[in-house]
Amino acid sequence: MKPVAFSYSRPATVDDARACLGRDNAIPVAGNQSLGPMLNLRLARPTELVDLATLGTLRRTEEAEGFVRFGAGVTHAEIEDGDVPDPTGHWLQQVAENIAHRAVRNRGTLGGSLCHADPAADWVTVMTALDAAGIVEGPSGQRRIAIEEFITGPYATALAEAEVLVAVQVAKPSPDARWGYWKFTRQVGEFAKASAAVFVDPANGTRRCVVGALGRQPVVLPNPDAVLAGSLTPDDALAQALPGRPRSSLGLHGVALTRALAQIASGANNRGDEVAG
Amino acid sequence: MDAHIKSQPDSNAWGIGASPPRREDHRYLHGKGRFVADIKLHGMLEIAFLRSPLAHARITAINKPDSSIETVFVAADLVGINGIRADSALPGFRSSTQPILATAKVRHVGEPIAACLAPSRALAEDLVEQIHVSFEDLTAVHDLHKARDPAAPLVHEDWDENVFLESAVDLDFDAAIKGAASIVTRRYQTARQCMAPIEGRGLVAVWDRTLEVLTLHSATQMPHIVRTGLAGCLGLDHGQIRVIAPDVGGGFGYKGILLAEEVCAGFLAMRLDRPIRWIEDRREHLIGGANCREHFYEVTGYAGADGELLGVDCSAIVDAGAYSSYPFSACLESAQVASILPGPYKMRGYRCKTWSVATNKPPILPFRGVARTGVCFAIESMMDALARDLGITPEAIRLRNLVLAEEMPFTNITNKYFDSGDYPEALRRAVKAIGIDAIRQEQQDQRHTNPTGRTRIGVGLSIFCEQGAHGTSVYHGWGIPMVPGFEQATARLTPDGGLELRVGVHSHGQGLETTLAQIAYDRLGIAPNKVKLVHGDTAYTPYSTGTWGSRCAVMAGGAVAAACDALAERIRTIGGHLLQANDSDVTLRGGFARIGAAMVSVEEVARTWYLKPQLLPDTVDPRGLEATEGYKTTQDTGTFSYACHAVKVRVDLDLGHIELLDYVIVEDAGTMINPTIVDGQVLGGAVQGIGTALFEEMPFDNSGQPLASTLADYHLPVASDIPPIRILHMETPSPLSRFGQKGIGESGAIGPPAAIANAVNNALSGIAAEITHVPLTPERVLAAIAKAEAQTQTNIQTLGTGL
Repeated sequence: MKPVAFSYSRPATVDDARACLGRDNAIPVAGNQSLGPMLNLRLARPTELVDLATLGTLRRTEEAEGFVRFGAGVTHAEIEDGDVPDPTGHWLQQVAENIAHRAVRNRGTLGGSLCHADPAADWVTVMTALDAAGIVEGPSGQRRIAIEEFITGPYATALAEAEVLVAVQVAKPSPDARWGYWKFTRQVGEFAKASAAVFVDPANGTRRCVVGALGRQPVVLPNPDAVLAGSLTPDDALAQALPGRPRSSLGLHGVALTRALAQIASGANNRGDEVAG
Repeated sequence: MDAHIKSQPDSNAWGIGASPPRREDHRYLHGKGRFVADIKLHGMLEIAFLRSPLAHARITAINKPDSSIETVFVAADLVGINGIRADSALPGFRSSTQPILATAKVRHVGEPIAACLAPSRALAEDLVEQIHVSFEDLTAVHDLHKARDPAAPLVHEDWDENVFLESAVDLDFDAAIKGAASIVTRRYQTARQCMAPIEGRGLVAVWDRTLEVLTLHSATQMPHIVRTGLAGCLGLDHGQIRVIAPDVGGGFGYKGILLAEEVCAGFLAMRLDRPIRWIEDRREHLIGGANCREHFYEVTGYAGADGELLGVDCSAIVDAGAYSSYPFSACLESAQVASILPGPYKMRGYRCKTWSVATNKPPILPFRGVARTGVCFAIESMMDALARDLGITPEAIRLRNLVLAEEMPFTNITNKYFDSGDYPEALRRAVKAIGIDAIRQEQQDQRHTNPTGRTRIGVGLSIFCEQGAHGTSVYHGWGIPMVPGFEQATARLTPDGGLELRVGVHSHGQGLETTLAQIAYDRLGIAPNKVKLVHGDTAYTPYSTGTWGSRCAVMAGGAVAAACDALAERIRTIGGHLLQANDSDVTLRGGFARIGAAMVSVEEVARTWYLKPQLLPDTVDPRGLEATEGYKTTQDTGTFSYACHAVKVRVDLDLGHIELLDYVIVEDAGTMINPTIVDGQVLGGAVQGIGTALFEEMPFDNSGQPLASTLADYHLPVASDIPPIRILHMETPSPLSRFGQKGIGESGAIGPPAAIANAVNNALSGIAAEITHVPLTPERVLAAIAKAEAQTQTNIQTLGTGL
């Protein structure tokens, strides 16, 4: 379990990084928590690793009146520890503190997790539910893309060649916003078998029900009003959204959505709340 | 001999029954242990093995990379060495030879085909990728049931069926079951597991061309057995092989065999005259080392109306994998199943058939508890099924049938000699400690207040006994390559009054450096910090079969006591000379030889013998202050420790998730030498048993591919899965061992699958669901619930049609 031989570069700017990534069989790395095992298993066989973890642009987080823009290189631990502002009050902190183990959180990054696009990863589901945006820098400058569109499949994104995800922008919900996130892991630290996130913001009419860990990109349910109103059961909503799948394979996801909805109904995660104990 | 009597007053809390901190922990906890992977030698080459990607295939060609002379070795290059054979003398046993590197055929995924050598492991793995093997794929035998199908392909072509050994025992069965009020039949299955010690296997082989000695540093729990096996495979004299086991990071049975990799590396070290290292990585272990626990049972229990167990009938299949491993063989596990299935119970009749089948999977090895974990799961689940059928409690049916304290010693239906203990009392204490009445009240309240609730609580029990330190007569009967005899120890006083102990067993985490020093303190009064345990090196220690079968405390402990007693006599004699007294009047106590008020320290005795012999008369005992003695228990049928596990669970009916809320173990290890170490053994074992119960499983697909090749898929229990485990002790001395101690090392791993499955089935009893297959994964729990709900629907529809 040793990687193939590769060279390693640590560019100082995004432009330099993109130049490195333009070379044959060069791949980016940030926290190395998902790529590392793949390297050791020789499932990833790069000629060159381009380390983005210390790029200044990717390490910067800016807070503006309506949003927070996280550098893609912010670690899960920095979100967990409140080292960066949390636009949602405390929801992101709660998500971060339940990602894998602390050792993984110390190095794993928000941007890396979204680019790796593991269907069972927390940020993949959560950022889709919060309707966050990715800021992508390429040859013709920066573009902005909804995370819902950024993740195009299991381990697949809309990143084009020579593009780098530099930031993730999350809008600040209103004080009346509500949030539910529930994932099923048997053991602390493992990837979810099923997950669901629900986000409701009366201030702008946002209603999003998102189901993750489906072996594909998260499902954004097309009819969240009916689900939230209780006129469409989670199981039926999932069956409608994924007609190709046997209902029996979606049972745990139905439970996840039910439990995320229950958090909304209980009002436990209102935006205006103090950080939950 | 003054058996069962602690000789030394123990105001220092160093002797038998005290819990001084483990002496070895200082180096372990400071990262100063020295494991095989810490050994680096000049000119050392690393091996990476090309392992079979297929479960069953003929090798039609192997193309080595160009210029790979002296770096890539295949079977044809290993001239003059023998494959590994471990035959049993039991009638009908079919013999297999495990090749060192695969020859004409591969028989499981992960089987070594080629050894690649390079200065680093990464470069060696590069070489592996350059070898091209052509295979002719054969149908894999991937399932223990299908293995016996007459149409199944043969794992070994020269056999007539895929069965290592078939056995049958019938003890008064037909007569016993007449008039049974309850007859229940169940099928139980345990999954194939990896033992997953923190440290994997590993070795460094070094050939000394001057002395013509091959030194093998190996992460093994049985260095002398490895030496014997290696000598046979390499065609060397024992005198040409030295095996050194440095610190070993957990073994559990996985380090109790001779590895093909050891033979291969030994050959290459001699051939190339370079130190050769192989360090198993986790992927190799998961792919090629899923080698334990896979059993199937069809059990029928017969009971009288009052719960009396009339008889048990069982057909059991053990998936023994592709080869018979050295030295325990492919028959140990199935032989154990047949002999221990009756558990701690009395019964009138018993019938059991077993098949040890060959499949295209790694060869089965004895994992902590060996067959007992599966056996306990089968018999204890069946006891609960009988109790449910009879409408009595699980504790009632057990109390009706357990061997009683006043019946001890007791010879059970399969001729096992239970040496001592009070099994019903262990059960009563566990029932009380878990609070079974309060749990039942809670269940009743839940039914009233929240009848449609989607979580249920349950309580479960398991009780079992564990044979440990069994010896010559037991193993001779199985006719396998290794039969334990007398266990020996050497005790040697050093010139400064320190004590060296030399034993042939090896610690892989059990704390032997502490417990054996405690025994020496008990016999000689020498402080543990002046006792040095030499073990894990065939050059320095007496021959021993090693550390397995929960035998060290009893066997090595007894041997150390015997050697220390021999030494004590010599100390008294020399002390007598120095005190100018008749040595028969001299006593040895607290580190001093004494007569009346006069005394001389052991240190002075040692100094005199070694450095000032002029002070001693010529009539002094010339054997000096070094003694080797052998030890056996007073009969070699083994000590029987026993335990009752009780667990409270909560089951989420929507997720199939099981939460352990409380866990109690009542354990009788006989006389405890170091109670803290006993607790550690029980706790660690219980956690592994929880892994068997809830998490650990290596699934194989129809082509024999292992499907959990990383720890993301092979789930080991982690700290957050484990509730506080309360251990309560009973302490009934064994009449067979030196201090009354009993083997305890494996016990903890035996009880959890049975207790937890029983608790889950108790929780699910309200919806008539039952689960009989461990690990109890969410998928299996949900399937059991779905099956029960479908059955209920059918029943309702049947009622609705008025039929």
